[in-house]
Amino acid sequence: MGLWQFLVQNRKEVLELTGEHLWLVGAAMTLAVAIGVPLGILVTRMPRLNKAVLGGANIIQTIPSLALFGFLLPAPWIGERADRLAILALTLYALLPLIRNTSVGIQGVDRTVVEAGRGMGMTDRQLLWRVELPLAMGVIIAGVRVATVISVGVATIAAAIGAGGLGEFIFRGLAMVNNQVILAGAIPASCLALAADMGLGWVEKRLSRW
Amino acid sequence: MTDNAYNGPAIEFRDVSFQYANGLALLKGLNLSVARGETLVLLGRSGSGKTTALKLINHLLSPTGGQVRVEGVATSQWDVIRLRRSIGYVIQEAGLFPHFTVAKNIALVPSLEKWDEARTTTRVAEMLRLVGLDQELAGRYPRELSGGQRQRVGVARALAADPPILLMDEPFGALDPLTRAQLQREFAELQRRLRKTVVFVTHDLHEALALADRVALMEAGNLEAALTPEEFQASPHPLVSAYRDAFLSERP
Repeated sequence: MGLWQFLVQNRKEVLELTGEHLWLVGAAMTLAVAIGVPLGILVTRMPRLNKAVLGGANIIQTIPSLALFGFLLPAPWIGERADRLAILALTLYALLPLIRNTSVGIQGVDRTVVEAGRGMGMTDRQLLWRVELPLAMGVIIAGVRVATVISVGVATIAAAIGAGGLGEFIFRGLAMVNNQVILAGAIPASCLALAADMGLGWVEKRLSRW
Repeated sequence: MTDNAYNGPAIEFRDVSFQYANGLALLKGLNLSVARGETLVLLGRSGSGKTTALKLINHLLSPTGGQVRVEGVATSQWDVIRLRRSIGYVIQEAGLFPHFTVAKNIALVPSLEKWDEARTTTRVAEMLRLVGLDQELAGRYPRELSGGQRQRVGVARALAADPPILLMDEPFGALDPLTRAQLQREFAELQRRLRKTVVFVTHDLHEALALADRVALMEAGNLEAALTPEEFQASPHPLVSAYRDAFLSERP
């Protein structure tokens, strides 16, 4: 049986697992942006926090993903459901590129432009929303792009703790020593990663004109 | 502005010092006042403290000693946002917002002050005329303009909300000599009509003498002399004559 045939025959499950995969990644990225971008802004306002925040995010990055899933297991509420656990772990992984790109993006905005705005009487908030964030948006989206592609990959491991997603096929295929089943998970996952990379790459390019 | 009865100098430095926490002193005991409607040029080499003095006026920096008074009120007593919005600010390379159109750049302070749209549009058109720019440029982005055009937009942006004071930090420094000379002439003409209180920073003596009512010569954080262009030409002050020798000898 060819791979294509397998995918067609199991299309219901493929779609279901792809949906789960998208849910894990989408929810994690939403959370990560909601946490990472404000933290990135914060460290540009309070440079003393820079080391602690980036250091923390860096340490999280170094934890192997399977171990991180395990560490989070005893957490209350989170540990009750596998998908919550997986989303939290993916969120934590996505933080570093988001915090770093947000702060680097804002710091990279031409200082003379910022000082002109300040000198003309813009408040800190107006500078942030009207000047710094719009001009840093390309770099911030580049961070979202990197984080999303990583998340799509790491999310396959979430199947190991029963959180579903395309990793189901991969682990099942490993257990069955069946390459076709492995590929049925791996190929759609790669396609998701490529689509996210290209889609966000396009957005990034649109926003990096300045 | 805050006190209509106030009749003193528009800007006054009273024994103003500025130094960094590491002890590096950029300005030492500066005493200087700028009359309403006067164009004062701060002349000096880089590191002489002229830009520091300028940034103390709109409180981008705050003095570590003494007082800078604007319209009779110490800058530390001003609501800093109000202060800055009543002072136009033009810097080298214009500092335009690259993601704003020309019109939006010019309308910056009006938009911060929440002018209505009709008034803002009228004002932008008026400003473009004032600085000699074609109305068609309103929809362009700064990167689509020449250096000279950008600098004109910078001046238009600074004047848009009709501030009584204008600060200019080497506004024409990055332009080619021909464009620079033209903008200097036009600015002198503009200033004759508008009579703003202008503080203009430059290291170019020709520019200083062409635009100034008074030239304040700075050196290593000190004010060496404040002279009219005529006095400057004749002064026996050693640093003044050093400047004359360095610059005016270039002329045939």
